[in-house]
Amino acid sequence: MDPIAKNLKQRSLSAKIETKGRLITQLCTVLIVLLVLAIFGFIATKGLTLFFHDHGSLWSFFSGTTWSPDKVDSHRQPVIGALPMIVGSFTVTLLAVLVATPFAIAAAIFMTEISPQKGNKILQPVIELLVGIPSVVYGFIGLAVIVPFVQKIAGGSGFGILAGALVLFVMILPTITSMTVDALKAVPRYYREASLALGATRWQTIYKVTLRAGAPGIMTAVIFGMSRAFGEALAVQMVIGNAILMPSSLTSPSTTLTSVLTMNMGNTVMGTTSNDALWTLALLLLLMSLVFNIVIKYLAKRGALS
Amino acid sequence: MTKPVMTAQDVHLFYGKKEALKGITMAINWHQITAMIGPSGCGKSTFLRTLNRMNDLIPEVTITGNVSLEGQNIYAPSMDTVQLRKKVGMVFQQPNPFPFSIYDNVVYGLRIAGIHDRLKLDEAVETSLRAAAVWDDVKDKLDQSALALSGGQQQRVCIARVIAVHPEVILLDEPTSALDPISATKVENTLLELREQYTIVIVTHSMHQASRISDQTAFFYQGELIEMDNTKKMFMNPADQKTEDYISGRFG
Repeated sequence: MDPIAKNLKQRSLSAKIETKGRLITQLCTVLIVLLVLAIFGFIATKGLTLFFHDHGSLWSFFSGTTWSPDKVDSHRQPVIGALPMIVGSFTVTLLAVLVATPFAIAAAIFMTEISPQKGNKILQPVIELLVGIPSVVYGFIGLAVIVPFVQKIAGGSGFGILAGALVLFVMILPTITSMTVDALKAVPRYYREASLALGATRWQTIYKVTLRAGAPGIMTAVIFGMSRAFGEALAVQMVIGNAILMPSSLTSPSTTLTSVLTMNMGNTVMGTTSNDALWTLALLLLLMSLVFNIVIKYLAKRGALS
Repeated sequence: MTKPVMTAQDVHLFYGKKEALKGITMAINWHQITAMIGPSGCGKSTFLRTLNRMNDLIPEVTITGNVSLEGQNIYAPSMDTVQLRKKVGMVFQQPNPFPFSIYDNVVYGLRIAGIHDRLKLDEAVETSLRAAAVWDDVKDKLDQSALALSGGQQQRVCIARVIAVHPEVILLDEPTSALDPISATKVENTLLELREQYTIVIVTHSMHQASRISDQTAFFYQGELIEMDNTKKMFMNPADQKTEDYISGRFG
């Protein structure tokens, strides 16, 4: 065979390298997917043990208000009422997001529309710094400042949902702000120009065009903040009081799913009902973060369409 | 019949230190279509944007000279740019409807002016869309997103959006350059009909477009107004050698 034909029939060096490279990246991807599936499978089997092996009832898990998984009730079922912590988790999350969102949107508008220069020079680094502070520091500040503050204003011990929500507010504010900034920056300049050219004031343009066009992105930011607040453990645990009781008010000591997990995981023995119950909480947290992620994906898709 | 609505006197514009407009003086006549032609970067779009002060949005722009609308200097400190832009509307190169419904797009200018009467808005939507010759295309889907329309329909909705606020002058910045020829022709016909009621200034890259629809044509070159005249005269018998070279396709 002449050398040219031989050369043509052989795979070139770059083609070989490409095959190798594709193989490596595919392998890595498969590994990551397997890892995630393994975590899911593990937590699911562990978390469902409570219902299948220990005869816990799903209904009492979601509706009961007493949590002592080491004891059994009159039906010989473990006492696993997780409602207080579910309510606690959702209340701190919603409160924190409710307070943080207006601040975050206002800050984002300032940074993108009103004073981009100051925004980029001063606010951007401040926000990045806030994101980087470890949660234990937030919790410590909450313990030293917010709890006494709540105590002074509302009476009681100061520990409770309000203190937790305030700490979370500070923690998720930078997350929501920076994502809202991205959402507003992604609104094309020509929307603003069109609005101004029609005789709109700057405020009307921000309010009626920029915010409206950026709404899917802002919603994503809010859900992201919620997901962060819902999953935060340490800082909340330090200020919420950790009493597994139905919260009677915003300032009564209560607890969240994450707090119960971190407080008790060192105190249970593997294989006991108490331990299985904690895994069920972990499963619930995992499912919730899955829900948040699906909502974010859905919003992103809808945003891309419009 | 040819009284000027807008006049510009010795307008200089600087981006930082770079002089983009070097003393433009022209008059824009009432109920006529004025076309501005010239090679890319000649300053025609920049000049168009000085007519409704859209250049204000760009930092480091300084403008000297005098631009007046019906005798009023629009660069006077007392001038309200919001009021000015209601009188001098603008259509951009890229069709840029808001990501709202067609209806909401057309009534945007009215709503921000504080008009919320449903009857008035409905009426404005129909008359504006009819005037922009896009009513038949969209009358059954007014509540659908304007982004779902074709480029030509979008551009005509943008024109309707401007018409809805009843400006006196409509500025168009290469309104058909992003459109296919058929859509472009429709937009051109729309403009010819609008001439009855509005004063129109159009920047265009297409010499054919300028010769087809405009009453007077201005030729810009390197920040200067080389020649401005009646369109027919300018295309048949240009006074300046540069104009002749440009319109005969020798450069540009």
